[in-house]
Amino acid sequence: MKPASFDYYAPTTIDDVMALLKRHGSDARLLAGGQTLLPMMNFRLATPEVIIDLNRIPELAFIREAGRQVHIGAMTRQRALEFSAVIARDLPLLHEAIKMVGHLPTRSRGTIGGSLANADSAAEIPMILQVLEGEVLVRGPNGERTIPAAELVLDAMTTSLAEDEMLAEVRFPTMPKEASFAVEEFSRRHGDFAIAAVAAMLVMKDGLCEKARIATAGVSPFSSRLRAAEEALEGRPVDPDAIERAGEAAAAAVEPVSDRNASEEYRRHLTKVLTMRVLKRAADPSKPH
Amino acid sequence: MAKSVEIHLKVNGKNLVGHCESRTLLADFLRDHLNLTGTHTGCEHGVCGVCTIFVNGEAVRSCIMLAAQANGAEIVTIEGLSAAGQYHPVQKAFHENHALQCGFCTPGMLATVIDFLKTNPSPTEPEVREALSAVLCRCTGYQNIVKAVMEAAADMRGESKVGALANV
Amino acid sequence: MSDADGFIGKSVLRREDRRLLTGKGEFVADLKLPGMLHATFVRSQVAHGRIKSVDLSRALESPGVVYAIAGPDLAKLLPPVPDTQLSLPRKWATRVQHKFLNPQQPLLAHDKVRHVGEAIAVVLAESRYLAEDAAELVTVDIEPLPAVVDPELGLGVDSAILHEQYDTNVIGDFEVAKGDVEASLAKAPHRMKRRFYHHRYAAIPMECRGVAAAHDERTDTITVWSACQVIHWLRREASTVLKMPEARIRCVALDVGGGFGVKGHVYPEDLLIPFLAREVGRPVKWLEDRHEHFMSACHSRDQTHDVEFGFDGDGHLLAFRDEFIVDCGAWNPIGSGIAYNTAVHLPGPYKFDHFSVRSRIVVTNKVPNAPYRGAGRPEATFAMERVMDLIAVELGLDPAVVRMRNMIPHSEMPYHLGIPYRDGEPIVYDSGDYPESLRQALAAIGGLEAFRERQRQARAQGRFLGLGLGCYVEGTGVGPFESATVRIDPSGKIYLAGGACPQGQGMETIFSQIVADTWKVDPKDVVVALADTSAISIGFGTIASRSTVNLSGAIYNASQVLQKKVFAIAANLMECSPVDLELRNGAVGLVGVPGKELPLARIAKAAMPGWENTRPEGVSAGLEETAYFQPPTVTWAYATHAAILDVDVELGRIEIEKYVIVHDCGVVVNPMLVDGQIHGGAVQGLGGALLEELTYDSEGQLLVGSFMDYLVPGASDVPHMELKHMHYPSPLNPFGVKGVGEGSAIAPPVVIANGVCDALSHLKVEFNATPIKPEQIARAVWS
Repeated sequence: MKPASFDYYAPTTIDDVMALLKRHGSDARLLAGGQTLLPMMNFRLATPEVIIDLNRIPELAFIREAGRQVHIGAMTRQRALEFSAVIARDLPLLHEAIKMVGHLPTRSRGTIGGSLANADSAAEIPMILQVLEGEVLVRGPNGERTIPAAELVLDAMTTSLAEDEMLAEVRFPTMPKEASFAVEEFSRRHGDFAIAAVAAMLVMKDGLCEKARIATAGVSPFSSRLRAAEEALEGRPVDPDAIERAGEAAAAAVEPVSDRNASEEYRRHLTKVLTMRVLKRAADPSKPH
Repeated sequence: MAKSVEIHLKVNGKNLVGHCESRTLLADFLRDHLNLTGTHTGCEHGVCGVCTIFVNGEAVRSCIMLAAQANGAEIVTIEGLSAAGQYHPVQKAFHENHALQCGFCTPGMLATVIDFLKTNPSPTEPEVREALSAVLCRCTGYQNIVKAVMEAAADMRGESKVGALANV
Repeated sequence: MSDADGFIGKSVLRREDRRLLTGKGEFVADLKLPGMLHATFVRSQVAHGRIKSVDLSRALESPGVVYAIAGPDLAKLLPPVPDTQLSLPRKWATRVQHKFLNPQQPLLAHDKVRHVGEAIAVVLAESRYLAEDAAELVTVDIEPLPAVVDPELGLGVDSAILHEQYDTNVIGDFEVAKGDVEASLAKAPHRMKRRFYHHRYAAIPMECRGVAAAHDERTDTITVWSACQVIHWLRREASTVLKMPEARIRCVALDVGGGFGVKGHVYPEDLLIPFLAREVGRPVKWLEDRHEHFMSACHSRDQTHDVEFGFDGDGHLLAFRDEFIVDCGAWNPIGSGIAYNTAVHLPGPYKFDHFSVRSRIVVTNKVPNAPYRGAGRPEATFAMERVMDLIAVELGLDPAVVRMRNMIPHSEMPYHLGIPYRDGEPIVYDSGDYPESLRQALAAIGGLEAFRERQRQARAQGRFLGLGLGCYVEGTGVGPFESATVRIDPSGKIYLAGGACPQGQGMETIFSQIVADTWKVDPKDVVVALADTSAISIGFGTIASRSTVNLSGAIYNASQVLQKKVFAIAANLMECSPVDLELRNGAVGLVGVPGKELPLARIAKAAMPGWENTRPEGVSAGLEETAYFQPPTVTWAYATHAAILDVDVELGRIEIEKYVIVHDCGVVVNPMLVDGQIHGGAVQGLGGALLEELTYDSEGQLLVGSFMDYLVPGASDVPHMELKHMHYPSPLNPFGVKGVGEGSAIAPPVVIANGVCDALSHLKVEFNATPIKPEQIARAVWS
């Protein structure tokens, strides 16, 4: 299974990337970590005429604390996120979820930007972007724009990026110190894409849930926040009743896909079960972080 | 011509220059251009892990990386793991614990295990199994590999091997 | 120096490891020959159809392409795969009612395509990359035909017929019986009927297939390197197809990256590649890629069993009738092998008098079905072991108790089953203690009563634990023969050549242990040559858990003859009688007189032909003997697997809390290697039970094309397994060994099925098909 032939460019600046995208348009594909694109090319399911390799642009890989945010360059390796003290401290939910992304050797090359731009339905990083209400910075021929999490993904594997745009940076608000969180994934084997995954972050105040953020992966064509489930918790104590109702609301809110891995009904069922398990863990004050 | 590339890289301690097509996979470059056939391919779509090697000190799947991307990189393959005819502690533990049968996945296992132990020198058995799940093996059922990794980890921490040597 | 105890029974570390651990192994993919061309195949994307035309013109113009040919043209040059792999021993044929048709597969499809993945054309180019570029330019015009996907529908009168020279899709049909099943069922106090389905999955070794060949013009000989378990078969078939004497063909398997049966017969590619090498005048190499492997390397299992069984109120099985269908795929390379294995392994370790089985092998538009670790036995064990549990549930008895009551007691061994094995010999379970294996397994899980108590308590707390049992017997070491050449090298080292073909089992190590003990040398002083038709001209190969049994027997036979000669020569030199001599420390010595000995090197020199020879009268020159071991019949290994499962009923996920295996393969040559075989087989069995699946849609499209779809178990997906060994030596071969290569893949699917049913026994659910997936469990609970 060998890829078809292509012209290869390895630009060293973002401006060079923009010029190449302008010149080649839809004939070109951006190569980030390659953990998704190369397999497709080896199968010849993707046969780009031009490959623009982003791995030579140092300015695209960084992890920075910026006030009450964490800024991450699109080409930052998942492995770097896994071992980053900044991520562990400021975005502990991302720190936990990143270990579910593939395996250590794929995280050596896979990038956060690549995962977000690919927008696979069952990928964990897009789910975390939703829960943490992150945003992405996109570079285009006319400069830069920001896309909030809620507007990034339109459909399975389809983002709102234009053909001549490149995802350059991801920004997350630092998680509140008092936030509790959990993520659970159900897959056939460890490291596989999720059949269903749920991630949640809760901010409690005076025994009541002040803020709840819940999203899924693997269930629907793309990750989005489950507002109905969040509303079932906000303003209330997170007790077994509330958790049950949130689980049911989550199951009702999703539009599950049916495929060879799981039926619609089963995904809906998993959504409820995993939502309840995640919320139970997040609500448990004795849970170690 | 953007369809071919010249790459400068270090492989198993040796600096060299290579020429290949831009589409040549790193695994094929190592195997066919450098005659380092110790790196195997089991799937060519980045799932089985058999092709795993070291790129800049980290375990990477060579079947889903272009040789072109290795320009400027430092590569270590299975041929470069043992120094001066001495097994790496992980190789030694594999041998003493029968952690390989057909040997086809072994290059990928070794790279994955050595990288993992750098990030976690004192793993628990579940952590070892989780790390090993990056590489598929059809022969061993993993049990002896787990044993070998626990033993190699202890060895590398400077702890003496618990229990007697295999009786010969 | 050899230990007084010998090397058999010791966990000698493997000599294979050095090259494999340092990247110095040589697999067929590593072979580089000057001027070598790379082949790639154009494979059918249609399940069933008539080939109207194949256009190679654009491919031939593609850069780097040297040659291409398609099925219609190849059919004029070469015959199909020969008939000889489908062997029906005469003894069997006269004892078992059967009917077999053998459609012979052409090396490239020419009239019809009969499965997605069937090869239609081959392209040779300077690199695999260029060959694949060219293959994309081949256009094939196929007129689609209705696909036969369900073998039961394939039996219908309206069904499309795959092989139109017959008017049926049933290419195999046989019956075996003992007693009077109908009468016994009629009067049985209890009678039940169930359908069991064992799905389609496959060996999926980490190394795909591969063949390289080179024709040497100077000697007009062809060398074929193939990742193959049966290189002597390959030479035989190549001889027919290439119209060359076997003496001009050398077949070799280098390091092979796992076989498990899927590399255990001769494929069309094995014969086409050497033809191309000779035709084009350059070496040719073909490496199967993983995508191709799923659609062209043989699949396995895929059997549907309709069982009716009768039993009494104490759980004694009285009668068992099975009608089963094998979904054979489009061709049948191994003939009746798998199906007949299934038939005779159904009775298992149990004692009952009325048994009948009818099997039909049905072709469908899928990848052909060939043996995979277990080769029909997992399917049989699934049916019988589910029956044991069903009897237990029906009567409110413990499944372990029902098994104990039915098992052949040790006092009745050897036990005559009453039906013939596929070698035609009456089956005799020669040695072992089946109830003891079950007892030990139950003890190893902490005791039956203790578990039932834990189960009760757990259930009260909403946790669902289950006990899964799987007991089986396994015919191993089947004939017809294996060959060995033993030679004393002038250095005094022992050279062994044998017909066995390793794929990771550690044969170089274990046979060096056996030769070491036979000749009283160190294993390091044994040179082993396997898997090479030039090393030994007659051989059988490695399938069916047969090589330890058969090659050790051949080594023994050759050594017996050779040792007589060695002693005759030594006695002549030492001026004593041969009866006063013994082998020790790589020499021949006078019994009771340490120091009075001649090294084997000295004997070898003395045995040389020539004027100065010192051989006694009547002793021929040379110190080499080739012998064969023809086992009287198979020797029976057995095991009990027991597992404690914890079923998460919300998710449907199974956690294996404990997995124990009590196994008996007779005398164990290398305990560490035997354990490795058991671990590996059991994990493959668990993969089949829970994760691995080869599925087709209703048009015959294969829905599995990569490791994203086909879920091979990883280290996190399988438990640590506890092994216990029993050792009833085999009475059927000189070393008392039994085969172990396949066994542990046999029980896991039914262990899981039984365990889940037991965990959910309060719901009275049944799992009678594999694989067992979380969604099925979740649905069984929520409905």
